[in-house]
Amino acid sequence: MTAALLQGSRAIADSAIAAGCRFFAGYPMLPFTDLLEAMSAKMPEVGGTCINADSEIEAVNMALGAGAAGARAATGSCGQGIALMQEAIAEAALNEVPMVVFNMARGQQDYWQATRGGGWGDYRTLTLAPKDVAEAVVHTQLLFHLADTYRAPVCLYGDYLVAHTHMSVDVAPIDFGPLPDKSWALDGTAGGTGHARQIWTWAMGRDDAPGPGPDVHWRRLAQKFATMGEAEARHESYRCGDAEWVVVSFGTAGPFIDYVVEELRADGQRVGSFRPVTLWPFPEAALLEAAGRARGVLVYEVNAGQMIDDVRLALRGQVPATFIGGVSIDSSGMRQGDLLTVAAIRSRVLDAIGVGAGERR
Amino acid sequence: MSNRSTEPDRGQEVRIEGARQVASSRADLQVSEDHHLCPGCGHPVAWRILLEVIQELSLAQRAIGVVGHGCYTNIVRMADIDFLQCLHGRAPAVATGVKRVQPQAAVFTLQGDGDMASEGLAEVLHAAARAEKITAIMLNNGVFGDTGGQMTAASVVGQRTKTSLEGRSPELHGYPVPVAELVASLPGAAYVARSAVNTAGGVAQTKRYLKRAFETQTSGAGFSLVEVLTMCPTGWFVPTAAGPGYLSDSMQPTYPTGPLKDSLRPA
Repeated sequence: MTAALLQGSRAIADSAIAAGCRFFAGYPMLPFTDLLEAMSAKMPEVGGTCINADSEIEAVNMALGAGAAGARAATGSCGQGIALMQEAIAEAALNEVPMVVFNMARGQQDYWQATRGGGWGDYRTLTLAPKDVAEAVVHTQLLFHLADTYRAPVCLYGDYLVAHTHMSVDVAPIDFGPLPDKSWALDGTAGGTGHARQIWTWAMGRDDAPGPGPDVHWRRLAQKFATMGEAEARHESYRCGDAEWVVVSFGTAGPFIDYVVEELRADGQRVGSFRPVTLWPFPEAALLEAAGRARGVLVYEVNAGQMIDDVRLALRGQVPATFIGGVSIDSSGMRQGDLLTVAAIRSRVLDAIGVGAGERR
Repeated sequence: MSNRSTEPDRGQEVRIEGARQVASSRADLQVSEDHHLCPGCGHPVAWRILLEVIQELSLAQRAIGVVGHGCYTNIVRMADIDFLQCLHGRAPAVATGVKRVQPQAAVFTLQGDGDMASEGLAEVLHAAARAEKITAIMLNNGVFGDTGGQMTAASVVGQRTKTSLEGRSPELHGYPVPVAELVASLPGAAYVARSAVNTAGGVAQTKRYLKRAFETQTSGAGFSLVEVLTMCPTGWFVPTAAGPGYLSDSMQPTYPTGPLKDSLRPA
């Protein structure tokens, strides 16, 4: 397949279908709506199902059912809709149903929601935050692979820039390697054989074939999430090798930071850029490696300061972290405001590293 | 039976010296006689009828049960069919996802009145409106049994519960939700009936209705729902033996039994 100029939502839909996604359910909410529309248009072409559900609660539970029945299934929403879905995302984590949740957020204020979860129990949700449409296309397919690898719900943290920007992308299927079989999936055929299947958060099993029960089951899950935390952290760093100052950002803010770093380097400032690609697991070791010798770390995120918690945990007090982001919403409430501009970021970085107005170009 | 890959241990015949031989009372798909619930509970009666219907319609190797949260969740521990235990109230949405992916399967939900009438009313109504080809089963005892006897959306007027100590009052608590009638009003619902398991006749009626509901599903006609009135002497705070009488005296005036809608059989 060759590259095509696609809107981000359409590109993600095509990429999901290329990854074998055959079930999608969602409830309209901007800027997620375009992905639902694209799925609704494209799914019938491949014999898949897309349901315009009657609530986010319905949508995520439908995806859970489809995932339990063996399909590559997905849902999505943003903000308040993701909040409504948290109960079922936690349930899917605890009863080990793979599915992908496309969180096309309205901005960056949902970092805690994405990484801490709002459901109950000991669980984590692996979350990839693409910087642009091209990366979202790859992340989409990787997420289906990781969901099946770990039998777990996983999330994409996108936003209106990912959802609405047009970019030339290639959505051909990507081979991420072998996967465990899905013999656990429910198809009804094992009934009456003595080997019927169960998907049950409490894992109590049948009287004639007792399951491990919640204590053992949940300890095993905790170990699984610890393994994911060790194995799946991803990041991107730019010019951090000799940097005195490292700016940390996530998602679509990353390219803005890279641009500012490029400008400031031309001015002789030794700055670098670090971006967690996985929000959970946060790439702690990689950040300490990239910024451990820096004078300071600057945290840029378009919210009141959420990711900075993870940055400080990663830095273990060895390097000071300074917040240079802030709340910035446009009048629609859907998009980031003036703070997400090269000029504003450049000014905040220079303020933080002590370059006075008179010394600036 | 012939297509089983293994033959699990089934119910032992009950032999009593000097008495006539009595056949096992266990349904074929039951792996255990222990229902884990209180004496006098009506749920296990309904479970057994359900398992018999699945067996008799040759659906044992097509059935997928999507079970909500309540006392009836224990069916998962004693029946040999595929089960997905899901969140309280959400079973019709979960079953929708299962059925769309496995259209050849006989997909049913098992929910209580707290699960379906209280927490999950939206899910069951929308599944019915979409004409999902699933069978929803609500075991209605008019009380939260699992949590110890609180009022549900299906508790009848005058019913004493731990959260309506002087009895459900229309002024304070409003009126019960008649799920079967609500669902029957939707064009997507192809078969709707209400039965009770407090009498031998009611057991036979429940079996006929459940068969009809699964036949509706396998014929592709649309959504089917059977509301089964069950005894909960513990949650009703009456003696065990008083359960069947309490059901007919207190619940059935509010919840009349009988078929409400049958699209397979023109009126």
